Amino acid sequence: MTNARQQTDKSVRFIFFVVALASTLILFMIMIFLFTEGMPIFKKVSVHQFIFGKYWYPTSSPPDFGIFALIAASISVTLVSAVISIPLGVMTAVYLAELAHKRTAEILKPIIELLAALPSVVIGFFGMVVVAPFLQNTFGIPTGLNLLNAALMLSFMSVPTICSLSEDAIYSVPIALKEGSLALGATHLETLIRVILPASISGISTAVILGMSRAIGETMVVLMVAGGAAMVPSSLFDPVRPMTSSIAAEMAEAPFRGDHYYALFATGIVLFLFTLLFNIIADRISHKYRQTGEASL
Amino acid sequence: MTQENNIIEHSFERVHRRRKLIQHVIFIIFRLAALINCAGLFLVVSFIALKGYKAITWEFLTQPPIDSMTKGGILPCIIGTLCLGIGSIIVALPVGVASAIYLSEYARPGRLLKLIRLGISNLAGVPSVVFGLFGLAFFVIYLKMGESILAGVLTLASLTLPVIIGSTEEALKSVPDTYREASLALGATRWQTIYRVVLPAALPRTLTGAILGLSRAAGETAPIMFTAAVFFTPHLPASIFDKIMAMPYHIYVLATAGTDIEATRPLQYGTSLLLVAMVLGMNLVAIIWRSVLRKRMK
Repeated sequence: MTNARQQTDKSVRFIFFVVALASTLILFMIMIFLFTEGMPIFKKVSVHQFIFGKYWYPTSSPPDFGIFALIAASISVTLVSAVISIPLGVMTAVYLAELAHKRTAEILKPIIELLAALPSVVIGFFGMVVVAPFLQNTFGIPTGLNLLNAALMLSFMSVPTICSLSEDAIYSVPIALKEGSLALGATHLETLIRVILPASISGISTAVILGMSRAIGETMVVLMVAGGAAMVPSSLFDPVRPMTSSIAAEMAEAPFRGDHYYALFATGIVLFLFTLLFNIIADRISHKYRQTGEASL
Repeated sequence: MTQENNIIEHSFERVHRRRKLIQHVIFIIFRLAALINCAGLFLVVSFIALKGYKAITWEFLTQPPIDSMTKGGILPCIIGTLCLGIGSIIVALPVGVASAIYLSEYARPGRLLKLIRLGISNLAGVPSVVFGLFGLAFFVIYLKMGESILAGVLTLASLTLPVIIGSTEEALKSVPDTYREASLALGATRWQTIYRVVLPAALPRTLTGAILGLSRAAGETAPIMFTAAVFFTPHLPASIFDKIMAMPYHIYVLATAGTDIEATRPLQYGTSLLLVAMVLGMNLVAIIWRSVLRKRMK
């Protein structure tokens, strides 16, 4: 009797273990399928030509498969959005963790969560019908669908990530540190800048990196508001075509297993590697510099 | 002597006042930052609501589109989105809950656990369009499902899996260890403890996680673009191998590539409003339910 029960327990444990491998398995499959569908393009163009090639004319003859402009677009859109979303996200996190009354924080936190839940296609739509005409009229530019618009809408999407993860980091700073600083006569602000923020900097950096990773991988927003011109941007008002929007816009038209199709999958590989890098860096930082009590400061 | 003291005190007072003033100004900036976020959400939601509410009629909710999308309703899109959302939860929930149980109840620290955790955290970071590519290459082409509800559901399930695992793990962690210890002390095995004690106690919070996963799946566009969604189909889906229309994709297509973008504006606003209401509504339910549960725990 006992034996049978223990046998069940063992097999159940094994089943759960196998199921728990599913996520890792899916991640591996994503890599395998991206590579099998993307590698054939490198028989036509070299990796160097593909990544640093300046021209993306996949449908002209002969076609040009250079995604440098797409990479530049992805990076510039992400960086500009980071300039907006990092201060906004971190300051909101500080406000929620340190300044707000408990009641206020209890109302504000769900609002930030709801912000994170807004479907990206709706944010993109908002950018098209509200922000684009606004930018066009205010700055007198030919189109409001450009880098700046995309960056604004993207920061919308990365602020909640940055904010909630930073808030956790700030919140987990040991209270004794804060009290020590206040007892020495420092003001709340001085304590915040000299003690609390340095103690939570690893958590905040993780938050920032994950927020940027979300921005670089976001598709619908940039597809709808970035303008779609495959060129290296030279100003904030240039229309751009990030990697994600190129994939989403062209996949439907690309002939099945033609060069264009392979090139889009290869673009997917580059995009995947970017986000993988971001995530691994974030993971490293959060493990290596994790604040565990007062002693490690 | 007293004069000197006064001078010192006076300058100290001045410095102190300056420090307080700087603090005051900077804290106002922090408050403003928080306010901007709320204003952003309010702006988007109220704009969509104001522009969209007129479009939402009985006909809009119950009729298929007619006259090349310029009139009629979005019934097929609503049904499509429900199919995809619910389908992906049916697939992702058991897998996610089982993964979370392994991670929080069985797993011991070690290399394997690290590998699994790395897999989950990186899967959560994969861009949605890459999930779309994966779904296209694996489900649609390799497994020969074609563009279908099934392929879309499986793609979305892969994407929501990390969300479900995360929230279920939190739910399991919120069950006090004394529950487990009491059950084990009575001679129950680990599995009996999980099945009879831990899971029932964690169930409500697990379900709030499932709602969040459902809302995430319902709002995604990029993963279904190449795997399930089509611009227009006159029929409602009859089997899981049919292509379908879906609300997010409908918004995208009407707003960017429709035959007459201006003429379909009201439909775009209406569809956006309905999608936002659905997604935010589900989130709100989950948030409120969770806070109720938290209070009850105390």
